[in-house]
Amino acid sequence: MADPMRIRAQASGDKATVRVLMSHEMESGQRKDAAGKLVPAWYIQEVTASLNGKQVLAAEWGPAVSKNPFMQFIIKGAKAGDKVAVTWKDNKGDTRTDEATVS
Amino acid sequence: MQTRRETLKQSAVVAGLLATAGFPQFAQAAFNKVAFDAKSVQDAAKAAGAASLAESKDVTITGPDIAENGAVVPLGASTTLAGVKQLLVLVEKNPAALVALFHVSDSIEANFATRAKMGQSSDVYAVAIMADGKAFFAKKEVKVTLGGCGG
Repeated sequence: MADPMRIRAQASGDKATVRVLMSHEMESGQRKDAAGKLVPAWYIQEVTASLNGKQVLAAEWGPAVSKNPFMQFIIKGAKAGDKVAVTWKDNKGDTRTDEATVS
Repeated sequence: MQTRRETLKQSAVVAGLLATAGFPQFAQAAFNKVAFDAKSVQDAAKAAGAASLAESKDVTITGPDIAENGAVVPLGASTTLAGVKQLLVLVEKNPAALVALFHVSDSIEANFATRAKMGQSSDVYAVAIMADGKAFFAKKEVKVTLGGCGG
């Protein structure tokens, strides 16, 4: 199981800026190991975010997103105390969900 | 400085392309493998559902002028256009152009930031695809002094 994400959600007015730092290798599939063999691609494909259980964001990523990916987005109508959950799924089927409270 | 000829050429390449049938709906956003396998900016935008592509001031791409490390290049895409369905971030000279695709919903602003890998100096694109298949892009040149493909 992958390491937890770091999620920070900050409300300003009627919006909340959410910053997510995920822990993932994001292997591009272009790189070769010491023996000269290609390292198979291993990257996050799908990212979803929800506010109080209602999905607000879906994103698809390619292998060109950098290692330990960072993502920032802005949710409308979110206020302090709301719960933001972020889920990712990689191309090996591994998945992880973490939750944070808007402050 | 971009000449009018270059702008026309870029627009013309995709202007004739037909929209792929149907957008991936928000609830059932399956991984758009075709778009992520596409080699060029135009092919990727087309695979994501763009029927036409035009440069627009209402779409913004943010990134550094010079990236010292191509493995981590902070890129941001945003648009002020209403009715945008998808926002794409692309790096032209990467092995596959498309970096990330965001589905925009009513409860989220069309303003995203992430970090990308870049193999070499290249133009980076933000493409906003509207509900009717029109697509608008903005581009910016990012110089990379150390490539990101070595990992």
